[in-house]
Amino acid sequence: MSSSQLLSIATFVFALAAFCYIAALIFKKPRLTQPARWVVVAAVLMTTAGILLRWVESYRMGIGHAPLSNLYESLVFFSWTAGSLYLFMEFKYKNALIGAFVMPITFLAMAYASMSPNINDRIQPLVPALKSNWLIAHVATCFLGYAAFAVAFGMSIMYLIKSGSPEKQNGVIGHIPRIDVLDELTHRMVLFGFLFLTVGIITGAVWANSAWGTYWSWDPKETWSLITWFVYATLLHARLMRGWQGKQIAYLSILGFAAVLFTYFGVNLLPGLHSYGKV
Amino acid sequence: MKTANPLWKFFCSVQLTIVLLLSLALTSIIGTVIPQNENPDAYLHAYGAFRYQLLDVLGVLDMYHSWWFQGLLVLLTVNIVVCSIDRLRAGWKLIFKRRPTVNPERFARRSDARTVNDKRDVETLVKAYEPLVAKRFAHCQVVRTGDSTAIYGEKGRLSRLGVYIVHLSVIFLLFGGLVGSFFGFEAFVNIPEGESIDTVRLRNTGQLHKLDFQIRCDDFSLTLYENGAPKEYRSALTLLENGKPVKKKDVIVNAPLRYRGINIFQSSYGKLPPDRMNRSVMPTPGPSDHYTLSFTSKTSGMSYHKTVQVGTPVDLPEGLGRFLLISYEAQADFRGMDVGAALKGIITPAEGQPVDVLLPLKFANFDKMRGGDVVIAVTGQPGGSNSAPPPAEARYYTGLQVTRDPGVWLVYSGFILMIAGCFVTFYLSHQQVCIVIEKQNKSSRVILAGTTNRNKLAMQNGIDKMFTAMTNA
Repeated sequence: MSSSQLLSIATFVFALAAFCYIAALIFKKPRLTQPARWVVVAAVLMTTAGILLRWVESYRMGIGHAPLSNLYESLVFFSWTAGSLYLFMEFKYKNALIGAFVMPITFLAMAYASMSPNINDRIQPLVPALKSNWLIAHVATCFLGYAAFAVAFGMSIMYLIKSGSPEKQNGVIGHIPRIDVLDELTHRMVLFGFLFLTVGIITGAVWANSAWGTYWSWDPKETWSLITWFVYATLLHARLMRGWQGKQIAYLSILGFAAVLFTYFGVNLLPGLHSYGKV
Repeated sequence: MKTANPLWKFFCSVQLTIVLLLSLALTSIIGTVIPQNENPDAYLHAYGAFRYQLLDVLGVLDMYHSWWFQGLLVLLTVNIVVCSIDRLRAGWKLIFKRRPTVNPERFARRSDARTVNDKRDVETLVKAYEPLVAKRFAHCQVVRTGDSTAIYGEKGRLSRLGVYIVHLSVIFLLFGGLVGSFFGFEAFVNIPEGESIDTVRLRNTGQLHKLDFQIRCDDFSLTLYENGAPKEYRSALTLLENGKPVKKKDVIVNAPLRYRGINIFQSSYGKLPPDRMNRSVMPTPGPSDHYTLSFTSKTSGMSYHKTVQVGTPVDLPEGLGRFLLISYEAQADFRGMDVGAALKGIITPAEGQPVDVLLPLKFANFDKMRGGDVVIAVTGQPGGSNSAPPPAEARYYTGLQVTRDPGVWLVYSGFILMIAGCFVTFYLSHQQVCIVIEKQNKSSRVILAGTTNRNKLAMQNGIDKMFTAMTNA
């Protein structure tokens, strides 16, 4: 089996996980989250295998490189990271229903990668600029950041839905975790994401300095990553220094994730070094 | 810290920080949408004279260096410095005092304090609980006041400095950037194979800048993948001082040459224009059954030479489609104009309809007008009757980026401080805990409470665990 096939199957496993969580929420069957968790584990393991296999395949083709070099590979890696991070959170904080809002994101990223006709899933050789060990450090840290922000985004949406009637015990809303828990977990995810986004920007700067002699050149992607950084820095300052909580933080977290999405996809519409080509 | 100075108060506010951060985020967007530092002609074409002038006056065309953008950065810097000094002054004692003053009342009054009654007397309880605190907290002391005794534990006090490390790192980054822009330069130069230069062109101003040494390009080589994409470009460079070689290195992308604070990076390459190629004059070739054609890809700028048989289709490089050479015509015409001897062919792009192409032998650039993805030109006719010497092998030039940035070490120190500071701030916290034991009539009342400056959820869990341990002790 080729890595592309394996990853296509993983897409459906992610879809199944999303389905289980959403069903658990809508039909008020929290017990469904038990199998859902193991479905996520399976999806993450399959994606891991897919990524490793792709790595091996590239070496077999004689152009060996880590599978982190184009839009397809980065989307797959994003889903893998978001899935792993979600699992970590579920096992640590025992709030399974958050999956109903996170798993659809990982599924959509995988589905977009494997099904969009505009995305090329062929293994391609690395252009000279990408031939560097900084590639792994830069992409891995950036995507850990992006994934954490995606999870925070999912929880912020839940927060806003729940905050309409926080006391309600029954119905779909009643099954969403308590708002103070969502608020705290959003904050923790943003902290994690911010640390990794920072490291990602820094490794990118060090790499640029070793490839072109400038650590910062206001390329649209660089600028947008800085914009994202500013938005989350605002969130952290507002929370820690001004005591913002709840809705305000949820809105900022959503704004931040919008900036992440633009940094990731929108920048391809602008000219610059990081374009993956047409989306 | 109370102060009457309104300016100080203004710069002290976190509202200002939030406003500045969001303004920087918003204004940065402009620079990603409007192309920066382009040729005035390009702007005039895109925006028209009036809007071009307006944008130019507003500094939007080089906005990251405009006075107002840099002004925002300066304001942010002042804001960070003032805030940090202000808060550090307030927190100085808390962070650096040798022995903290413990106020058990403060803990006992907390709403989340836990209380339990124990029959044992105060001294026994102190002996039982002290190891519990000492095990979990780096600092542990017993405070006796009147008839109540407190066991106080504390850890991670220095983590409060994390945020100042982050702020300091931002100062390092901005200062490093400033040093780089004042004392460094960023330039580029193209050197043909075999030649040497000692001046480079500055990127921002276009001025020439003389180096203390010469750079000679001994050789440039290009390797391609099977699909025609560049795999590696490598320049064998020699640095010369007073005509003597002082350093030799093969430079490839991601592996620059560094010499006396100056860095030389491989950034591009190209072919020399024909007038710089020592090529002997070629007589116009007559009809033949095969021709040497050059195919220049528009996207990569690479030229490929191929010998093409009349009537036999060939694959174009970089997957650009197929080409079929149909015939030679001694007197071809193009839209009624006589272009002399020419080749006729059909190009079938990878996507789209086949197109007829005309390649006059006299006009090598003729096919450029078609505006296709590939430009075809006739370069030679190996089987021709006239035994002209084959054209000299194409000469390359190497495109080098030459930079000097004495601020880099400041920026890199800033990077390290930033990562370390963020980690400390986000993942370590200053935790304080206090067990207050009060003597009752025949028993003791035990109160447990704790505070932390970060991650209250984890602290609550820790207190819960400790409370369980205490009831078992």
